[in-house]
Amino acid sequence: MLFFTIFNADSGEAFRCAEGTTILQAMELSGYSFIPIGCKGGGCGICKIRVLSGEYRCGKMSAAHIHQEAAADGFLLACKGIPTSDLSISTQKDGPALAWAFTTNLTKK
Amino acid sequence: MKNGVLRPGHIQLRVLDIQAALNFYTNVLGLRHMGTDPQGRIYLKGWTEVDKYSVVLRESDTPGMDFMGFKVIDEDALNMLEQKLIKAGIAIEHKEKGELQDCGQRLQFVAPSGHRFELYFEKAYTGKWGIEDTDPEAWPRGLKGMKATRFDHCLLYGNNIDETAELFVNVLGFFVSEQVATPEGEKLAQFLSLSTKAHDIAFIKSEEAGKLHHVSFLLDSWEEILRASDLLSMTNTPLDIGPTRHGLTHGKTVYFFDPSGNRCEVFAGGDYSYPDHKPVTWSAQNIGKAIFYHEQEVSERFRTAVT
Repeated sequence: MLFFTIFNADSGEAFRCAEGTTILQAMELSGYSFIPIGCKGGGCGICKIRVLSGEYRCGKMSAAHIHQEAAADGFLLACKGIPTSDLSISTQKDGPALAWAFTTNLTKK
Repeated sequence: MKNGVLRPGHIQLRVLDIQAALNFYTNVLGLRHMGTDPQGRIYLKGWTEVDKYSVVLRESDTPGMDFMGFKVIDEDALNMLEQKLIKAGIAIEHKEKGELQDCGQRLQFVAPSGHRFELYFEKAYTGKWGIEDTDPEAWPRGLKGMKATRFDHCLLYGNNIDETAELFVNVLGFFVSEQVATPEGEKLAQFLSLSTKAHDIAFIKSEEAGKLHHVSFLLDSWEEILRASDLLSMTNTPLDIGPTRHGLTHGKTVYFFDPSGNRCEVFAGGDYSYPDHKPVTWSAQNIGKAIFYHEQEVSERFRTAVT
């Protein structure tokens, strides 16, 4: 089986991704968690990343999170991105997808 | 239903891939496919629902909710509600009979939360799927997947939820069944009911308007919730959280995502209320327990993933 290397340019960490596997799925299998995991359906935008170099193809993603210009700039949702070469990625985002109203204690008492 | 609004009638959902959505909603959730219109919209329902459909799927480049519709008892009530909405300063848009398959005229409006709602009084009555109206058997054979019995409610993220709740109470005739409030009295969540159900719709305060947090379907029991959770694993459907129990409503639940990232819930049981009941209040500092009674904390994904 063919594997590609996904290099996180922000942290210097890397994991391998089997041909035909999404970037997010491969990260989960590797045990890393630097890309947050959302709906896995290209809808919620939580796993948004940017590919700095390398080739990939993408399934359908919500235009609310990846509009055409952003896609052209290498932005994608990791749950829908399938590498076709080694990739260098950034997980820096333009802020959280949505602010949560509950600013009070969200954890156990 | 003091102002003639009966119940949640339908929801129109946007999906990225209509065939993938159809497969999910029929084979995993177990809704019945009741029709397709010339626009390509797909009409579905849970088997216990008497009208022709309760879920409409529309292919789009952005998932989420187009609108949620409430069924009204008759034409007079619809006309009266239109006057009340106009008086409340709400702009109305009329949808012609037949624009939705086998549905009469609809009144659409946008609530202060940024969500589009609609009211209608006529839809084709096809009866419960797979059983007769007379001497009905307990359940129909041939159901698939989770065998969801009905579209039950939605939870929506929006702003101006106080104004929205006021509109739902004063104009549409809902009552507040449960709420989450800060010590200063600020409402962070409002659960509203038309019936003895714990909620027919719920709103959570958010900076972003008009978002869908989840669409919920009813199952019969905790055993069915467990079986539904098994099916999520069997079908590699992304699980969000559960099976577990809510503090709010005390319902038993599991959350997961449709193939376009719209969050779905199947739930069973929970509290009942009547219009004379005082609202159940959860305090903001116990929000974790209010939402997930066992975990007592709310995951980042549950808080932030919306469509």
